[in-house]
Amino acid sequence: MPSIGTPVRRREDYRFLTGQGTYTDDINRPGQLHAYILRSPHANARLGGIDTKEAASAPGVVAIFTGADMAADGIGGLPCGWLINSKDGSAMKEPPHPVLAVERVRHVGDPVAVVIAESLSEARDAAEKINIAYSVEPAVVDVAAAVRPGAPQVWTEAPGNICYDWHLGDGAAVDAAFAKAAKIVKLDLVNNRLIANAMEPRAAIGEFNRATGEHTLYTTSQNPHVIRLLMGAFVLHIPEARLRVVAPDVGGGFGSKIFHYAEEAIVTWAAPKVRRPVKWTAERSESFMSDAHGRDHVTHVELALDANAKFLALKVSTLANMGAYLSTFATCVPTYLYGTLLAGTYTTPAIYVETKAVFTNTVPVDAYRGAGRPEATFLVERIVDLAADELGLDPAELRRRNFIPANAFPYQTPVALQYDSGDYQTTLQMAEEAAGYAGFEARRQEAARRGKLRGIGIATYIEACGIAPSAVVGSLGARAGLFESAEVRVHPTGSVSVLTGSHSHGQGHETTFAQLVSDGLGIPVEQIEIVHGDTAKIPYGMGTYGSRSIAVGGSAIVKAMDKVVAKGKKIAAHLLEASEADIEFKDGNFSVAGTDRSKSLGEVALTAYVPHNFPHDELEPGLDETAFYDPKNFTFPSGAHIAEVEIDPDTGHLTIVNFTASDDFGRIINPMIVAGQVHGGLAQGIGQALLEGCVYDKATGQLLTGSYNDYAMPRAEDLPDFALSTHVTLCTHNPLGVKGCGEAGAIGAPAAIANAVVDALKGLGVRHVEMPATPEKLWRLIHQHQPRAAAE
Amino acid sequence: MQKTVSLTVNGKPASATVEGRTLLVQLLREMLGLTGTHVGCDTSQCGACVVHVDGEAVKACTLLAVQAEGRNVLTIEGVADGDTLHPMQEAFRDNHALQCGFCTPGMVMSALDLVKNNPDPSEREIREYLEGNLCRCTGYHNIVLAIKAGADAMRGAAPAASAAE
Repeated sequence: MPSIGTPVRRREDYRFLTGQGTYTDDINRPGQLHAYILRSPHANARLGGIDTKEAASAPGVVAIFTGADMAADGIGGLPCGWLINSKDGSAMKEPPHPVLAVERVRHVGDPVAVVIAESLSEARDAAEKINIAYSVEPAVVDVAAAVRPGAPQVWTEAPGNICYDWHLGDGAAVDAAFAKAAKIVKLDLVNNRLIANAMEPRAAIGEFNRATGEHTLYTTSQNPHVIRLLMGAFVLHIPEARLRVVAPDVGGGFGSKIFHYAEEAIVTWAAPKVRRPVKWTAERSESFMSDAHGRDHVTHVELALDANAKFLALKVSTLANMGAYLSTFATCVPTYLYGTLLAGTYTTPAIYVETKAVFTNTVPVDAYRGAGRPEATFLVERIVDLAADELGLDPAELRRRNFIPANAFPYQTPVALQYDSGDYQTTLQMAEEAAGYAGFEARRQEAARRGKLRGIGIATYIEACGIAPSAVVGSLGARAGLFESAEVRVHPTGSVSVLTGSHSHGQGHETTFAQLVSDGLGIPVEQIEIVHGDTAKIPYGMGTYGSRSIAVGGSAIVKAMDKVVAKGKKIAAHLLEASEADIEFKDGNFSVAGTDRSKSLGEVALTAYVPHNFPHDELEPGLDETAFYDPKNFTFPSGAHIAEVEIDPDTGHLTIVNFTASDDFGRIINPMIVAGQVHGGLAQGIGQALLEGCVYDKATGQLLTGSYNDYAMPRAEDLPDFALSTHVTLCTHNPLGVKGCGEAGAIGAPAAIANAVVDALKGLGVRHVEMPATPEKLWRLIHQHQPRAAAE
Repeated sequence: MQKTVSLTVNGKPASATVEGRTLLVQLLREMLGLTGTHVGCDTSQCGACVVHVDGEAVKACTLLAVQAEGRNVLTIEGVADGDTLHPMQEAFRDNHALQCGFCTPGMVMSALDLVKNNPDPSEREIREYLEGNLCRCTGYHNIVLAIKAGADAMRGAAPAASAAE
């Protein structure tokens, strides 16, 4: 029975359920010291002298380093991985990003010094004795304020705080379409700033082996090879052959653990200096001010429609917050992961988007689950709903009228992407049926009789996943390839190790990838070991983000298995004294077509490693194949989400009555794991819509949401049961037909919830609500629109 | 100030020399090597460090190590019976109630505490009880199903359909 398509229970669960996972902070190296990082309490200040004398003689302190020490050692800055060019062709402003601040601090939490001591408490105590002469200057944290004349300037080399002023699309065609439009709908909206908040705080251990000259970094990373490349080549100048990066069990990432962070470089650099391993683990409040944040867009959008309510053109202008420094992938998020998605699921023939990326005195902003695609989906689906409302059309009907038809694929959008497959009508229909969409008005009236405001909201989405064709992204400014590698190593007795460049930090690759190999090589899952997260074991890898693991990493495994089977056929042909062309491979056996003569994979493997009777003229011994897979296109998961909410007008309290998601992820390997991915994405999307918002004090630049007391994480009580279904259209350009599922929930849910909230309040004249739609915000909206009710 | 603390952990005597400020979770993780109990925050919000002290669920970051003197502590490492998972652990596995696994030990310890006091909790009661445990991966959907299924199994009731079916 094939394993693909079945809900195989996860192989990784036993160790996690029994407390035997190995997360970075669970690792302790012999003789290790502890690092505490002293961070700036100010959002913008000149750094005067740093006096470490008293701290250096505090109990247990081994060393204290500052930015000056690193600069004296020739240590480079943290690099940005994607060059964006402005409209005028000029390159983005790319200011330096020192590992430890020099001359100036630019956000609260900017690392200033590291104290290394025998114990963490001694390091922390000593850090209090460091005296720093800060000369505090005005700061700007708000993206709209940062572009106003007279705003504090984060970087002198970026006038007006502009990093780049980018655009995409045919502006003239859009203007022409707007000129002849029967209807134009306009909206200003904010995509709220979020913090990923993986439950495991970041951690890093640096170690140096003086005997071998090898540096080792244990780190909480989604992509250890990328960290090795960036840190080795650009920051510490360590040859990759002497730098091992291990990302063991990682407790969630959601994008925030893609990037190369200062602390990784600090512990790796410091370990040989102090001649002992150095360990750093973030406290949660430190995570809040040092992990890259997400989203933070301010956008104006206009949609032009003809007299039949067909979309003619979309015009979008966005300010995107970069924070104080450019994080690893920051620059591509509000451009090529955002502007290219603005066609959504629709046939809009003309689209023009301009994005100004803006420096502010905040933590760097980078990819967070969905990365650009939730922002695109939110504005498209909000403006579509607003258009439906202004035209008096059912929002589902307006969407259907403008969907790319199921028979129109491959479909070229006006914003660069070519969608290979999809069926938006069907997923919407499935969601409508599951949500009881047709019967909603009765439920609204029933709720109204109870004094409650009930609303229903639809969002359809498209996402570009399986990131990404290297040549394409290279032409768009990426400074890396985005392929994936896999090695399928068949051992002499037929068990198999798969070394994958993908990284699992909750996604269950050890199970899903084993299912792939089980079907591909016809051996039981128990015979297969999936190895990931260690540059000393895995040939190479680009890691896990952008829902790429199954589409790119899985395809690399398939390619490597194909090579194993091809070589196995040659060996089998020799053993069976048959022509290679007559050898078939099925269910783990190589057989001569039309006969009962066959050799098992195990027999062929043994022959490969004990090659006494072996075609030496033709083949090398061994059965161990490596493949690199570079995708031909992005994959395009899509779907429809429907939220139904009920609001108590007296308190603003909102209840999600029902949440339905119908998604198309292409072929599904493990439906249980896919459902789990959707659940988690929906929770984060709902969190964005209703609860979560990162807030800085505008006057001082202090982070106001710096702990779980202040930043509202979704809790079990905040969320409903989810009703899920899937519809399959296969990806046409990868061997498995898979599209990826990790980000969908976070992409569709915010707009579905926001549309439901506005639907609930539209009777009061509300046309938009900003996220997070907290009870306070809803109560104020309701009472602003009901002045008499509020006065009662 | 250093003090030696003696206590029982997972049925075995344990002792360690701690500072006055050492937390129970540090004693468990750093001195006794029981790294299954996790630290996910510094404000006692996340619940990744939930253990049982004398049979009650406690966030191990809210108790000083010296307060554990003479107490009986159960951590996630002591829940399974040898290699056989506890029915609640089995229910988590069967319902895909964990992804990255970081919140999982605290979730399981909290679930056991809930079921001890309420052997047949409703979905609403489970969601309310979990207000002290954060999970960022699962959206709680499958955790709720798992705790229900685990409670059923512990009562000897017929298992409910799991998430995957």
